[in-house]
Amino acid sequence: MLKITRVIALALPMLGGAAYAQETIKIGYIDPLSGGGASVGEGGLKTFQYLADELNAKGGILGHKVEIIPLDNKTNPQESLIQAQKAIDAGAHYITQGNGSSVGAALADFVTKHNTRNPGKEVLYFNYAAVDPSMTNEKCSFWHFRWDANSDVKMEALTNYMKGNAAIKKVYLINQDYSFGQSVRTQARKMLGEKRPDIQVVGDELHPLLKVTDFSPYVAKIKASGADSVVTGNWGQDFALLLKAAADAGLKVNWYTYYAGGAGGPTAIKQTGLDHQVFQISEGIPNSDNPAAMEFEKAFRAKVGLSLWYPRAVNEMRMFKAAAEKANSIDPVKVAAALEDLKFDVLDGGSGVMRKDDHQFFQPIYISSFGTRSEKEPFDEENTGWGWRLAAKIDTPQTMLPTTCKMTRP
Amino acid sequence: MTSTAASASDIAAKSSGQNLRFYGLWVIAAIALVVLPLIFSSGGSLTSFSLIGIAIIFALSYNILLGETGLLSFGHAVYYGLGGFAAVHVMNAVAARGWPIPLPLIPLVGGIGGLVFALLIGWVMTRRAGTVFAMISLGIGELVGSSSLILRSVFGGESGISTDRTALPHIFGWTFGPQIQVYYLIAFWVLVSAMAMYALTRTPLGRICNAVRDNPGRVEFIGYDPHVVRYLAYSFAGFFAGIAGGLAAINFEIANSAYLGAVQSGMVLFATFIGGASYFFGPILGAILVTYLQLGLTSLTSVWQLYFGIIFIGIVMFAPGGIAGLLMMHRPLIRAGTLGMVIPSYLVAALPTLALACGVILSIETVARYTVTGGEGNIVKLLGIPFNTTAPATWGIAAVLVVGGFIVARITWRRIAEAWDRAASIARDRGYLA
Amino acid sequence: MLELIVISTLNGVLFGMLLFLLSSGLTVIFSMMGVLNFAHASFYMLGAFFGYQLTKWIGFWPALVLAPLLVGAVGMAVERYGLRNTHKHGHVAELLLTFGLAFAIEEIVSMIWGKSPVDYRVPAALDFPAFTIFSTNYPAYKIFMLAISVLIFVALLIALKRTRVGLIVQAALTHPHMVGHLGHNVGQVFMLVFGVGSALAGLAGVIAGPALVTQSDMAALLGPILFVVIVFGGLGSLPGAFIASLFIGLVQTFAVALNGSLASTFGPLDPSIGPSVLTDIWNVTIAQIAPVLPYVLLVVILIVRPMGLLGTRET
Repeated sequence: MLKITRVIALALPMLGGAAYAQETIKIGYIDPLSGGGASVGEGGLKTFQYLADELNAKGGILGHKVEIIPLDNKTNPQESLIQAQKAIDAGAHYITQGNGSSVGAALADFVTKHNTRNPGKEVLYFNYAAVDPSMTNEKCSFWHFRWDANSDVKMEALTNYMKGNAAIKKVYLINQDYSFGQSVRTQARKMLGEKRPDIQVVGDELHPLLKVTDFSPYVAKIKASGADSVVTGNWGQDFALLLKAAADAGLKVNWYTYYAGGAGGPTAIKQTGLDHQVFQISEGIPNSDNPAAMEFEKAFRAKVGLSLWYPRAVNEMRMFKAAAEKANSIDPVKVAAALEDLKFDVLDGGSGVMRKDDHQFFQPIYISSFGTRSEKEPFDEENTGWGWRLAAKIDTPQTMLPTTCKMTRP
Repeated sequence: MTSTAASASDIAAKSSGQNLRFYGLWVIAAIALVVLPLIFSSGGSLTSFSLIGIAIIFALSYNILLGETGLLSFGHAVYYGLGGFAAVHVMNAVAARGWPIPLPLIPLVGGIGGLVFALLIGWVMTRRAGTVFAMISLGIGELVGSSSLILRSVFGGESGISTDRTALPHIFGWTFGPQIQVYYLIAFWVLVSAMAMYALTRTPLGRICNAVRDNPGRVEFIGYDPHVVRYLAYSFAGFFAGIAGGLAAINFEIANSAYLGAVQSGMVLFATFIGGASYFFGPILGAILVTYLQLGLTSLTSVWQLYFGIIFIGIVMFAPGGIAGLLMMHRPLIRAGTLGMVIPSYLVAALPTLALACGVILSIETVARYTVTGGEGNIVKLLGIPFNTTAPATWGIAAVLVVGGFIVARITWRRIAEAWDRAASIARDRGYLA
Repeated sequence: MLELIVISTLNGVLFGMLLFLLSSGLTVIFSMMGVLNFAHASFYMLGAFFGYQLTKWIGFWPALVLAPLLVGAVGMAVERYGLRNTHKHGHVAELLLTFGLAFAIEEIVSMIWGKSPVDYRVPAALDFPAFTIFSTNYPAYKIFMLAISVLIFVALLIALKRTRVGLIVQAALTHPHMVGHLGHNVGQVFMLVFGVGSALAGLAGVIAGPALVTQSDMAALLGPILFVVIVFGGLGSLPGAFIASLFIGLVQTFAVALNGSLASTFGPLDPSIGPSVLTDIWNVTIAQIAPVLPYVLLVVILIVRPMGLLGTRET
């Protein structure tokens, strides 16, 4: 609800220190709601609001209503800290965020400092999509919990899948030049080298983030290298443009991606006509063949009008409830303690666990390809008519990686 | 001889009166800065005040270029950002090595960071003014912004470098953990920097900067090199922008590439221009307004950027002197005592203009709701009245408000112009308006 | 190696021509009116979205004509009701007006068409590979883009240098009063010029939309590099913009094709040095810094030759 009244009345939106009742559990949702990243942020917001409605319909958490407070951070770390402060002012003890590892790192740092400086007013940070491995390794924090598999875990799952695929001989790596892209490339090299030393890495490219308008020169290099598979962490336009350039040049390879399913991705794949040549690593897929998950997907699409891009958000909110009930409290410190080592049956089936050592959630990982559908795949994406098809499921134990985290506990 | 002596003492008397008023203003500003957080004490308002303070220093530093020297820069955030990074690195070094440098001195480090870089590249940049300067600043801005992602060891990649402000040596028992202490630190630096920058405009250098802005050819004739003048102004601007960056680093406890980016450069240009570049206090008003809008508007509407654009276009078209220019227009009328002649026409114009504004806001929000959200939540609240965005009545009301408001408002605006002309001509007769 | 050189040259020329298509309108406006139009990339975006919408309604070919005309009309309205009133406050005010406009247009576009990319496709008639070289296909659409760019370049040159209208336009820039005394309506001339410039941006949008991603942030992505092109080529010089577009297109493409870094040329640094600025610079590849190169060129040319490659006057 927009309160334009307040603009007209020139009220002071930031200056009011109204007292907030403790009955509702407020979760500050901090993600881009304007500017370039807004389409992603709005999708996430709708997902969380749907999940809050779902919880509230069943009596909330321990009788408390759940409310999502949308806060626009414009994908800017400084802005996110301001918004986090706003959330805390509004009485939120939980914040959730996903887009941008730089934002995630800044928020984790902020929450840690806030909690040490304000004992008794602790805030938990639930991370549903920032995948920088350092957040659960050297920079880990007791107050941070991550439901998305970090990029190393995803690479572990992907390489475990590629290990068994004898057709893969020459791999080309192309990634965005920032921490996520770099961790994809280094881990791909390392893990492929360990698991399939016979696979040749014929190219390893870093290109600037969201600055390239024409990928033809990169595609020319891929083509010249003779690669049969490309591994890329690219998202957004960097993914769409890369794929378009590849299709224009007639490049025939398999694409192993992290974010092909992101907004605009399926449209781009359909445009290029790469039928079941684009693979994605994710913690869940719409056509998972799990009745409960597909039922949820159907209801979600009918109500929200989007496909469920964040199955991890479902796990996050449901696990939050489970932890609060286990602790019999909505106090953040107690909920945090209850979350540690909590086992949970995830949306798409199978069991996951929130590891106590680093607060990373481990869950089954799916490899799926995008293309024409059979009867077993009822859901398409972005009205393209094409949908995701399961290629492999990597079980939780095969996604476990050691951590270097030395957590300081309160 | 005697006549000149008399006039000199006249000037001295006049200026001592001005001095009194001048110092009075600074004392009032200082008291306001101290009292503000006592009135509004929530965490959010403290954060807002801190950000506004930083924005004020940043905008004032930008005005050394734009307003004083006539240099339009599209890359001023470079100095803000480098100041921030310098501050963060020194803070981490102080914490690690136990140097006896307390936190309140860190903004100075930021300033030096900005200054050093400005000294390094300013010489080639300021060889020319005008479009060439604007374009070089754009290029340098993009270059530094991009290299911040490549030179990871200095800039920490896109996640930046974080620090802990409480880890520095404490003084007077202040840990600078709580936001209120940070606020007072920022307030102190705002006062000091603003005074220093004001003093700068009163020095011969400040005056010659104005001359370079207005007519570089003549400046050359009287024996000054405009290039050197621009270089000096540029270095000072870099120094104060660095102080602002250092304060931002203390406030957020993190420095990252967003500090250096085009968005930050654009915002400071916005703030300075909206406030008014021709007056010293213009950028202060602009910084307050823009920061406030940024914080407030974004939580009220998702299309805040559109309002920003509209406000900016409106200011450029109808008040090119900015808010400060609008306010200062009235000074001669007040002195001549003819302000009363225009006030009634303002009041008459207020109603239709407000109706027009409401109409515009209602149409924007209706369209935004209609296209962005679609499905649910189709109620827009304006002045407490809920409007259903799918109802034709809402669209009708919006259209009536916009069209009707515009037609009536135009008539009233014309009346303002007439009343203004009358008041101004009287003021001119009385000798208060040239 | 030959393969890479041939293909990179082709790609570079194609990309350079796209840049020229975009910067031609900006150059025309600047050379005629002295206005540096920050909203130019926004007109390009408008062109892409109008093109997308009209293609949906009436097909690509009518859209190719209509969408630029629409954008031109928007541009003329901006000149008539915005820039003309601001003109008396000087060029900085004009520039800032277009700056605000860029903000507003981006938000309006995302309000109407949303923030996700729209499905704007290459017309079926041009959706085939034109030729294949070293087993790489070149789509006919890119050749079409190339042809349009060259056509625009020639047409603009002729219009400005060889026609009566072009002469009046040039005269109106330097001696507006004299042209007015001769009985020409200077205001209308400026409006027309701004309209034509915007229409050119619109045309670029209609054509580039299907080849790139049509999205509400596409203006911000290409905006800064356009300034590099026209400043590098010399403000107001059409041939300069043409050469600069080609040059920047080629530089970027070849930079991407090269894998070299200081480390690969001189060998890796002694690991005992540890991570520092030096190791960062040592290990960065040319491909990594390719998109930054235009800005290096911009700064260098402005320092060495402030009027740009073919510019005749300093600004």
